Amino acid sequence: MEIWRWVFIGILFLAAFVVKIEAFKQGHRQSTERISGSAGDVLEDDPIGRLKVFVYELPSKYNKKILQKDERCLNHMFAAEIYMHRFLLSSPVRTLNPEEADWFYTPVYTTCDLTPNGLPLPFKSPRMMRSAIQLISSNWPYWNRTEGADHFFLVPHDFGACFHYQEEKAIERGILPLLQRATLVQTFGQRNHVCLKEGSITIPPYAPPQKMQTHLIPEKTPRSIFVYFRGLFYDVGNDPEGGYYARGARAAVWENFKDNPLFDISTEHPTTYYEDMQRAVFCLCPLGWAPWSPRLVEAVIFGCIPVIIADDIVLPFADAIPWEEIGVFVDEKDVPNLDTILTSIPPEVILRKQRLLANPSMKQAMLFPQPAQPGDAFHQVLNGLARKLPHDKSVYLKPGEKVLHWTAGLVGDLKPW
Amino acid sequence: MKVSALQQSYLNRRSYSFRSSGPLDSSSDSAVKSPAAIFWLVLHGLCCLISLVLGFRFSRLVFFFLFSTSSTNFYASPFRSTAELANAFDVHSVLSTNSITNIELPLLNKTVANSRVVVGRHGIRIRPWPHPNPTEVIKAHRIIERVQKEQRLQFGVTDARTVIVITPTYARTFQALHLTGVMHSLMLVPYDLVWIVVEAGGVSNETASLIGKSGLKTIHVGFNQRMPNSWDERNKLESKMRIFALRIVREKKLDGIVMFADDSNMHSMELFDEIQNVKWFGAFSVGILANSINTDETADQKEEEETSRMPVQGPACDSSNMLAGWHTFNTLPFAGKIAVYIDDRVTVLPRKLEWSGFVLNSRLLWKDGGDKPEWIKDIDMLAGDIESPLGLVKDPSVVEPLGNCGRQVLLWWLRVEARADSKFPPRWIIDPPLEITVPSKRTPWPDAPPELPANEIPVMGIEEPIVKHSTKTRTSRSKRRS
Repeated sequence: MEIWRWVFIGILFLAAFVVKIEAFKQGHRQSTERISGSAGDVLEDDPIGRLKVFVYELPSKYNKKILQKDERCLNHMFAAEIYMHRFLLSSPVRTLNPEEADWFYTPVYTTCDLTPNGLPLPFKSPRMMRSAIQLISSNWPYWNRTEGADHFFLVPHDFGACFHYQEEKAIERGILPLLQRATLVQTFGQRNHVCLKEGSITIPPYAPPQKMQTHLIPEKTPRSIFVYFRGLFYDVGNDPEGGYYARGARAAVWENFKDNPLFDISTEHPTTYYEDMQRAVFCLCPLGWAPWSPRLVEAVIFGCIPVIIADDIVLPFADAIPWEEIGVFVDEKDVPNLDTILTSIPPEVILRKQRLLANPSMKQAMLFPQPAQPGDAFHQVLNGLARKLPHDKSVYLKPGEKVLHWTAGLVGDLKPW
Repeated sequence: MKVSALQQSYLNRRSYSFRSSGPLDSSSDSAVKSPAAIFWLVLHGLCCLISLVLGFRFSRLVFFFLFSTSSTNFYASPFRSTAELANAFDVHSVLSTNSITNIELPLLNKTVANSRVVVGRHGIRIRPWPHPNPTEVIKAHRIIERVQKEQRLQFGVTDARTVIVITPTYARTFQALHLTGVMHSLMLVPYDLVWIVVEAGGVSNETASLIGKSGLKTIHVGFNQRMPNSWDERNKLESKMRIFALRIVREKKLDGIVMFADDSNMHSMELFDEIQNVKWFGAFSVGILANSINTDETADQKEEEETSRMPVQGPACDSSNMLAGWHTFNTLPFAGKIAVYIDDRVTVLPRKLEWSGFVLNSRLLWKDGGDKPEWIKDIDMLAGDIESPLGLVKDPSVVEPLGNCGRQVLLWWLRVEARADSKFPPRWIIDPPLEITVPSKRTPWPDAPPELPANEIPVMGIEEPIVKHSTKTRTSRSKRRS
């Protein structure tokens, strides 16, 4: 009996050993890894059939005419609002019957009033939005039915629906009162911030997919740059002394690491920017005037691990993508120790992050390709909206009940547009 | 009205971003001038004047001293002093005294409950010694190595074969120069390597000490014939030496890919990756760095332009990427000016096809390797010497073109040698140290070579043969300044 027991134990050990070897071999040869966030393995979900969206027909002064006035709106980082409209018009989730719609979309391009330099002016945006909402509430009964709780709007501007580029002013203004109940799809995301509403969906800024595709280099090119960053450290025009721009974080990066050979950082604008990112292991994505930046999208597409230096930031599709496992988060107060932090990450963790980044569904989820492809950012937005269904009973108001005040907000916003 | 005025101010800004500090908007927004506003304006003007006199904004200093004990947002970690900071931004401060915001609270407590992020001016944190730490640099390099190893595993060659390198050499002044270059390239190769060094004139301590430093697996053999002085004879001897080395490969039954690395060539690291793709017999493009300065004044502009492009030897492909012929070296532009002896001061030219542009599978050399293709000649059956490895194959069309069908130049050929009678200290160690130095003008060369015609400009650029390799390898990053 004794012998048989030992033989049994011996077989168990052998089996465990073999299984371990197999798992090790398999893990070793794997080049990507599945991504599943807090909402589960939802990156590759198909939203078609799970929700229906009704697109309001607004007069062209809210969308087409604005675009005609300035075609640059199609290429800047806020172009998501225009492409989302185009996507929804031809998507299978669109329904022409508003009675069966779960969500209502208002196509108003609020971020298309550009300066000669190409930056959007948000001063007319609140009035534009108000005017659009007035229109839909008077022509269709669906707004009043819920006071906008089953409507969603795209507000990709710097601070979302606060409609200002400057943070103090944006906080003063707060989210436009009429949008208090609606779902906002925006690029800005920071925890405990006035301009991020509960239940908003964060999306990545628009980055042109074609342009990035044309700059791909062979994957076997060895990654020889440790940390890479190109951009401003001091915004001399608007913050000459430093300390305001990026809360001093970018300046701290420069002052601490400008002579460090591991950090390839500068303010130059090289033509090989995309190629260089593909040769780097880490890419810094510090905050600027707003915490988000297209660098995150570029880093993900080019397989460079993003080092996010922005306290309390909420990254795109945070419930579908587990960003802590993919990127490195560094507090702004820890920037002087950035080199210690990055070199103390164990190589297996780095390799795992690279595997996660190599996952094609991860790269797809950050892009807005035309025409839309399965798994891209448009579909992630729809997935996010679908995850919020079915609507809560409190969404529907009783007849005659009013929650929002039409005249709430700043006096300047009440002027008709 | 107000809106357009604001817009006007944006359009007037020269900078890229149009974000400005707060009080500009607030001051233009408020239409009513309260006593408090007047007071702030007066104070603001006063402080502008003081700053103008002092030369820097002192508001930060004032607030630093006033609020340095407060717990809110001055961080305890080491901090560049405000005065230093102010001095550093002297230029900008003088400019900004004319603009707004001299008196503003540096800490605007506009936070939402529970948020630890504050809007407003923050300090720029700099650690006490903001310079690279050597231990961290080493750790970072280890990380980079690991990442690159993983990349090679995933995207590189799956079953890497040993690289068998054959180098003919002999002890001479420039041997250290050339051989070290080749040695360092071979030390960087990520695959297993065997280095067969064939030395003319027998094994010498010079060569042995040089290649001993490499840490590579080397086979150092001697060839008992001395290197002759004329280039023709040299090439012949080198071919003999290479075939000798191939016999060693056959005897030892070495398995891998045989490549010829002459000690004066420059190798790209991609070459070693590319030759792993060879099946039996491959060829790639070799760039010839012969100095093509045609020094007679009769050469016209067009000819200059044509010959200023680097000539390339190697396989030529047709449009369907099949081997169609060979690019060889055109000696016509050099007619009459070709070096014959080793110390001639004119251009040294390569032969039609250099040995170094070919690679072969070592199994082709084995006596009975089983599945050898029938187009390979047996080395022992060679009638005479062969000028290039093409002499080993019966049918030149079986050669596989490598490097994107010869479009990529993976090797550069150059020959530079010192005078045949030049002397150098053995192993380049001067022992005992020199005591007497004599200015060189007083030491003429013992026997000058036959003088060339007076209108020859001596060739200068060739004296520096070691050129930086292609930038695909790890190069040191140049420091960027802002």
